[in-house]
Order: sequence, then C-alpha cells, then structure tokens
Amino acid sequence: MLSRTAENLFWMGRYIERADATARLIEMGRRMAMLPGANEEWQSVARAAGCASELPPKASDSKIITYLLLDRDNRSSIHCCLAQARTNAKAIRTALTADMWEALNDHWRLLEALDADEAIADLPVWLDWAKQRAAAFRGAAETSLLRNEGYVFLRLGEFVERAEMTLRLLDVKYYVLLPETDVVGGGRDFHQWTSVLRATSAMRAYHHVYRGDYTPWGIAEFLVLNTMFPRSANFCYRALERHLDDLARLYGERHDCHETAAEMVRRLDGCDINSLFQTGLHEFIGDAIKVTNRLSSEISRAYYF
Amino acid sequence: MRASDGSIRSPYEQVAAWLEATGEANLRQRQSEAEALFRRLGITFSVYGEGGDPERLIPFDLIPRVFGAAEWRKLSRGVQQRARALNAFLYDVYHRGEIMRAGIVPESLVYQNEAYLPEMAGFDPPGRIYSHIVGVDIVRTNDTDFQVLEDNCRTPSGVSYMLENREIMMRMFPRLFAACAVDPIDEYPTMLKRTLQEVAPPACKGEPTVVLLTPGPLNSAYYEHSFLADLMGVELVESSDLFVNDGLVWMRTTRGPQRVDVIYRRIDDSYLDPLAFNPDSLLGVPGLFSVYRAGGVTLCSAPGSGIADDKAIYVFVPEMIRFYLGEQPILKNVQTWRCSLADERDHVLANLKDFVVKQVHGSGGYGMLIGPHATKKQISEFRTKILADPDAYIAQPTLELSSAPTVTADGIDARHVDFRPFCLVGKQVRLAPGGLTRVALTKGSLVVNSSQGGGVKDTWVLSE
Repeated sequence: MLSRTAENLFWMGRYIERADATARLIEMGRRMAMLPGANEEWQSVARAAGCASELPPKASDSKIITYLLLDRDNRSSIHCCLAQARTNAKAIRTALTADMWEALNDHWRLLEALDADEAIADLPVWLDWAKQRAAAFRGAAETSLLRNEGYVFLRLGEFVERAEMTLRLLDVKYYVLLPETDVVGGGRDFHQWTSVLRATSAMRAYHHVYRGDYTPWGIAEFLVLNTMFPRSANFCYRALERHLDDLARLYGERHDCHETAAEMVRRLDGCDINSLFQTGLHEFIGDAIKVTNRLSSEISRAYYF
Repeated sequence: MRASDGSIRSPYEQVAAWLEATGEANLRQRQSEAEALFRRLGITFSVYGEGGDPERLIPFDLIPRVFGAAEWRKLSRGVQQRARALNAFLYDVYHRGEIMRAGIVPESLVYQNEAYLPEMAGFDPPGRIYSHIVGVDIVRTNDTDFQVLEDNCRTPSGVSYMLENREIMMRMFPRLFAACAVDPIDEYPTMLKRTLQEVAPPACKGEPTVVLLTPGPLNSAYYEHSFLADLMGVELVESSDLFVNDGLVWMRTTRGPQRVDVIYRRIDDSYLDPLAFNPDSLLGVPGLFSVYRAGGVTLCSAPGSGIADDKAIYVFVPEMIRFYLGEQPILKNVQTWRCSLADERDHVLANLKDFVVKQVHGSGGYGMLIGPHATKKQISEFRTKILADPDAYIAQPTLELSSAPTVTADGIDARHVDFRPFCLVGKQVRLAPGGLTRVALTKGSLVVNSSQGGGVKDTWVLSE
C-alpha cells in the first residue's frame, strides 16, 4: 500500500472520530450548562478540547460552541474534521469503498451552508447529525472494506483518537469539579457524572456492569479500565495492540509502536481505580494522552508516512 | 435521430417510441433523479478560479445517442485505422522522418512545433507505441458520413463518463435496454489494463506493475483518474509517491519501495521530470525520463506524442493513412483551412463569420472563435490575432456539427453533438463499442466542451 494512502486512511479515521467526540463534548457541555448555577461549564469544555488557549479568556458560551462546531480556523472543529476527512477520502478514493465515500460525501452541502445562529438554535440536531455521519462512515467501513492493511490503518487512526478523546471527556469533569472539590455527591455532582456517561453513549452499558450505582469511582473505572466497553481507554488500547499485531504478522516486522501499545495495555490492566484517584486522575489522564500522541507518531514512522 | 428526409433513422426506432411513451414531464423528473445520483456518487469535475462551488456536475441528458451496428462497424474501423496511422507517424517523426522527406508534411510544422520533443529522437518505446489511448472527436455530417474534428493522442479524458452514463441509464431504464440490445462497454477497464501491461518495458520481469499518475485532487479530471485506477485495480499515484533509484522507478509504500513498470500518466510532458523538461516545476519525478530512455519503465503516452494531435498536423492524417498503411481513409477530415498558407488565410479572413477558428495548440474550447455567434468586435480581434501569428490558427466551417434530441427547458429539442470514442493501442488495437457523446446545451451553440457548459449523453451501439 502507498504510504500516502496509509497516512490518509489513518488521519481520516482520526478526523472522523474527532468530529464524533467533539460533538459528544459539546453535548456534555450543553447538559451540564443547563443546571441552575452553572457558569464555568463551557470553559471546562474548551479546556478539555485542548483549545482554551486559542479562545479569549472570557469567551461567551456561543463563541465556544461555534468555535468547536463550525470554526474554519480551528482544525479540530467538527466542520474542519469532516472537511478534512472528505479531502483525505478524495485523495485516496481508490482505497475506499463506494459506501464509505458516499457516507462522507452525502449531505456534505448541509454543513457547508450551515451558519452559526442556525447551528446554536438547533444544537442537538446538529450534534446528532455529526454523530450520525461518523456512525455511517464506520458502519460502511465495517461492512464493505476489505480486511487488509488499509482497514488496519483506518482503525488505528480511529482508536488512537478515541482513546484520547475518552480521556479528555473524563477530564472535563475534573475541570468542572475544580472550583468546588469539596462538594462530592449530591444532585449536581450526580448530574455531571452521568453527563459524562451520556456523552460516551455509556448509560446503558454502565448500568449493566454497575447496576445503576453511579459513583465517580465507578464511572472513571468504567471509562478508563473496562475491557468490554468500546470507548474505554483500555478497550481502545487493546484494539490498537491487536491491530498492530495484525500488521506485524502481515509485514513480518515489529516496531516501537508495538511496544508502546503493549506496555500501555499492561499498565491499564495492572491498575486499580482507588490508587488512580489517590495519585491523581487528572495527572494520569495527562500522561496517557502524551503516550497516545507518541504512539501516533511511532506508527507514522514505522510505516513510512 | 432523423434522416435528412425527416424520417426516424432505423437505429432510433425504439428510442423514439420510448420518448413518445414516456412524455416530457416524466423525462424531466427522471433527469433530476439522475443528477441527484451523480451528485451523491461524487461524479464531478472541478473548475477552479471562477468562484462558486468548484465541484461541478456535467449536465447529463437522458436521451441516448444511438449507432446502428453497421454504422459502428465503419466508425470503429475508421478510428482504429487513424490510431494506427498516428502511431506510425509518431514513430516516423522521431526516427527517419520519411513523410517529411516525401514532401507530404512540411518539416517546419514538425521540428519547430512546441509539442515535438527532440529528447525523444531515435528512441524506441516498447512495441513502438507512442499513443496508447487515442481519443478521436467525430461528427456526423449527413445520413452516411462521419468526419473527424480532431485527434487527442496525449491524455484524452471523458471515458469515465462513458462508463458512468451507462451505469445511470441502466439503473433508470432497464426495460429500454432489454428492448434495444445495446452492446456492453464494461470491458473497457480490463482492455485498458491489458493494453498497459502489454507495453511493459524491457527491464520488467514477470507481471508488470501498472500505476496511474495524476496531478492530484485539484485536477479537473481527478474523478476520472481515481475511477479508472479503481476499475483497473492499480495504484493511483501522485508524483511525490514515485522516485528513481538504481535505474528504476519505485513507489513509496508502507513496506518500503516497490517497483513500477508502466505509468499511465495523466499529466503533461512538462511536469514529468524536472531534470529533463521543466526545471521550475515542483511536480514530476526527477530522473524519470532517463529511466524511461534506458528501458526501465514505460510512459503511456510517450513524451512528445502531442505532435500527432496538433491541429496543424491533423490536416495531414488522411495522407498519413495512405502513406504508412497503404489504405484509403475510412473517416474524412472536416475541411480545414490553415492560416499559415496565404491563400487559405485570405479565404478565412474574408469569411470569418462562417468559420470556427481554433488555436493550433489550444484545447478544451478555449481560445476559439465561433464565427456565426461572434460579435463584430470579437471578429475584428481575431482578425488581428490571426494576422499577428497566422501559423497558430486553423479554421473549420461551422455547418458540419450534427444534432440529437435533447431534453431542454422548452421540451425535447435538437442540440449539436459530437462523439469521442477511445481507441486503445497495445499489441492489439482495441475499441469498446461506445464512447463519449458531448452535447451543446444552449440552442444553436456549437461548443460541447464541459469547461464551457457542454453536457453528455450515453452512447449506444446496437448489437448486430
């Protein structure tokens, strides 16, 4: 496979996943901001999205929302992610199936024509729309793409991004908690933690595992360590390890990226949530995001892109 | 659709009955369904620099252009004959130049032509083939005759529309197909790949690796490039994906470098290799041309093929057929006046309003004068241009374009059409039963180029 094709697939996977996760992040902010007395919620979202420094310190809510949703200068906005994914797709049409291309190309004009006021007025509709785009694309890939190296590069991009974004989502809660760390429990705290679950489409799944017992420890454990929930960091890293192993078998060669993924899986498997909270969840998340970025560049180096 | 006496020509009988039965309103409805389909599939071409959405749809007309089996036999033999003669001519101009020694083609038209590449002199491309895909633009001039408007020997485009138009039509009108017995064209990509494999270079051992080289997604024909690469199952590469090492061409892959044997290039000569041609270009693969010269890789078409589709050379194609093949030309040329010759120039200048004047090196309908539709000012501007550089212009009479029924805003009406079949030249000469019919959508207009608002139709060749 051409290195350029592999690179485009990897980044297409990342961009689509990021558009999806950014929609989820905004959705979470929206839910948290509806509570009485809310004020710092959107700032927290901006910090978790890693773009607080690109916005003015007292940016309004609608400014933050449009920045994350539509801004053409923000490379991580939903608009830019989907546009970039489509550009990548166009550059490597031959590596995609018709279904995958159509999933990206269909309704494309809607997004191009969308203006900020309209988007904010109908925010839930547009967030659902973005999530549906990602779901349609993933579904098309899953059901039509040959299981060759192209599939692996696409999935690697998706899981790298998803691991990182789940960690970031969890971190929003950390930022929201900051000003009032002493108030744990109570309706407000409960609402915030369950918003994290909703944003990751994990309410039902969590319920199956913890029987409705919503605790910060349970939720953090679920999103970081659970091996069966498809958006947990551990699940994503296991998938990364498995897909990288497929490549190693196919190519008969192992690289740094293989060691990094394997080591992260060992680390997550050997972790328990109480000690994680003791040493600091936020610090752990920051470190895991760094490792994820390193993994991404190790993958590009190993496969010449 | 109709013969000169007004009767429906026999290949069109079924289609005429179908038009009658379907009705205009229904047709227009289907037309918009077809366009939605094109849009969803992303079958677009790109026009940059004119503002607005750069991704345009080529307007698609539902009413097919139909050729009867006997008509097609003649046409296809004529096209194949031309493709063979043009390749013989290319071999000759880069070797002994016998057609010039024989006094048939003036030397100055060849050796002083920008499309002539001295670097190619004396070189034998594999199979002595220079132009592997020849697109010939043809018009019908009366009930039995076809004439050739021009030849495209470099990188003719539009074959993806031939294939996609058919897909759309088959999807929308299955019963009509069943009734008409239309010859299938889906073999074209396989024929193209076989043609490309047949011209593998001497250095190639085993199954040749073919790639399609594109300038990239910003090129107006990018859709076609990716479409063809896809159907052939070959890599679609950009020049940055290729490099030269150890006397061979390689592509960058996730497993490291991989050999490339045949390059179907859809980029111009001047962007192939900055070392050999245009040193200012950032595109291109440094060293590619010397690998080609040494037999390490095949370029399709060969650099320098453009000399054969130069409009000043076009005039001599019937002579070429006689000279190289010893055959009578099956297809006529449209009568063409060369402004480089004083007599012909005077005639053209005296009757500009009746002529289409084309730039010798121009393409895509740019830099043309359409006499009957031109203003006095445009005509006088062209007069000045021709006088300043007579060698750069040819002129053809305008009356020769045939027309075909087309769905328009005011009902079904005749619009001018031309036709481009794609002839493949490898160890064999191959032609799929079909081609691209282009239609001028404005009433009375003669311009069919997609860049100038022309549309396309499906082309049917009826089975024997």
